Amino acid sequence: MLSKQEINKRKKTITNKELTNMYIRSWFLLGSFNFERVQNMGFCFVMIPAIRKLYAAGKERNEALERHMEWFNTHPWLTAPILGVATAMEEEKANGGDVDGTAIAAMKIGLMGPLAGIGDPLFWGTVRPVLAALGAGIAMTGSVLGPLIFFISINIIRLACKWYLLRYGYLKGNEIIQDMAGDRIKKLTRGAAITGLFTMGALVSKWTTIDVPIVVTKIKGKTTTVQNILDSVMPGMLALVLTLFVSWLLKKGVNPLLIIIFIFGIGILGKWWGFLK
Amino acid sequence: MNTGQMFLILLIAGVAGIGSVLDEGQMHRPLVVCPLIGLVLGNLKMGIILGGNLEMMALGWMNVGLAMAPDTALAAVISTIVVINTHSSIGDGIALAVPLAAAGQVLTIFVRTIVVFLIHRGDIFAKKGQYRVLESMHIFAMFLQALRVMIPTAGVMFLNTKVVEQLLSEIPKVISDGLQIGGGIIVVVGYAMVINIMDVPELKPFFYLGFLFAAFTKFNLVGIGGLGLIFAILYLQLEYREPKKKIKISNSDDLDDDDLDD
Repeated sequence: MLSKQEINKRKKTITNKELTNMYIRSWFLLGSFNFERVQNMGFCFVMIPAIRKLYAAGKERNEALERHMEWFNTHPWLTAPILGVATAMEEEKANGGDVDGTAIAAMKIGLMGPLAGIGDPLFWGTVRPVLAALGAGIAMTGSVLGPLIFFISINIIRLACKWYLLRYGYLKGNEIIQDMAGDRIKKLTRGAAITGLFTMGALVSKWTTIDVPIVVTKIKGKTTTVQNILDSVMPGMLALVLTLFVSWLLKKGVNPLLIIIFIFGIGILGKWWGFLK
Repeated sequence: MNTGQMFLILLIAGVAGIGSVLDEGQMHRPLVVCPLIGLVLGNLKMGIILGGNLEMMALGWMNVGLAMAPDTALAAVISTIVVINTHSSIGDGIALAVPLAAAGQVLTIFVRTIVVFLIHRGDIFAKKGQYRVLESMHIFAMFLQALRVMIPTAGVMFLNTKVVEQLLSEIPKVISDGLQIGGGIIVVVGYAMVINIMDVPELKPFFYLGFLFAAFTKFNLVGIGGLGLIFAILYLQLEYREPKKKIKISNSDDLDDDDLDD
């Protein structure tokens, strides 16, 4: 037992201090977002406390820094578990374990796709629009509660998720890859997709404003516009058709900025010729 | 505007600019930015109302993958300053916010391209193990994102309010109204992007289900989100229960691990 204790003493371990430092740094992950390697320098920036602790100045440390300058992109909040696993793997490597740099890089590449697939529909597609619409609705009445509810609730969710997942990733380490291969990740992805799709459907219907004021009939001062007729069939029909069309265009590789400019053009033309209000 | 107010507004502009690239604390969303600017300019209520309106417009603006959404930071900061200082209407604020968001988007794409140069510097420092300088590269990139919003904001503040008012009134009504119409429609691009991520044919009915629920009921978005979650749980339970009964594998412990809290 004594020898084991001695080994433990010599062992380089990550403590709560490094994890907390990384947690706070992870709030600034996307700071150096760039079009060549996206979140690479941010990832390295977050890893630095762990790298410094695990490797003495020299070749190994420099290699670790370079390793985390590679292409990386996923949902910013869900980088936390990947950072945790990367830390656990670096720790094992620093202690002479059976982990090489390629395995760490492969783990990052392997996890970022599935996690973006969960994070984008869940956080950008559901949580943020739901809380923002709730807050904005209250704000439009002039109450300060609106912004407060949005800001506080979304940050509690974000900070709690990141705190928990960073530690979860670190504790689970490499095992998480087996989790990913199993049912759990598939379930989470499908669950996020269902919630996201459902919410998107609602957003398309209620939070898209298209009004075609062309008058069709005018009986005894009561005018009926194209929009009235469309609404009586199914509210939000035009928005649905347009969303599906844009989705198809994006799949064909059309630049989203181009679509946005085109829609503004339609808006101005519509106002000018009177077919949109 | 006195010097103190100008300083605070520039500070908010900088934080919003950084927030818009980070997408962490949501310090760049109009619902947060507009009330803060309103508070500094002594008209909190106007800031809150404008923030609510702009947020509704920007609900679907999101950065997914490498696609940049229109920029809410620049739009929210400047349109709130102009609306409050020139006593303009919420409608004017929206009309102004849309082209500003497009301009902010172009500026952020520009900065994110410049940062490529910084990461190449970062590579050199990584190779030498100079992690402090590497860190400063990252921080410098954030500083550029702050300037991206601060500089145009300073420009607007130093212009005479009268000049801004003049410029505003010179935008033809057909253009500003048209942009406002476009702003109501533009959200579909964000929706379409997220829908394309979840491109699983057998799950697509949930999209139409959500659409029909919202179209024909009075559920608000909180209710919709809750319903969506319940549908997800039910669907997963059904999907993962059927085959188990048929082949009778006693591996029952992955029935209850569809969340992460174990």
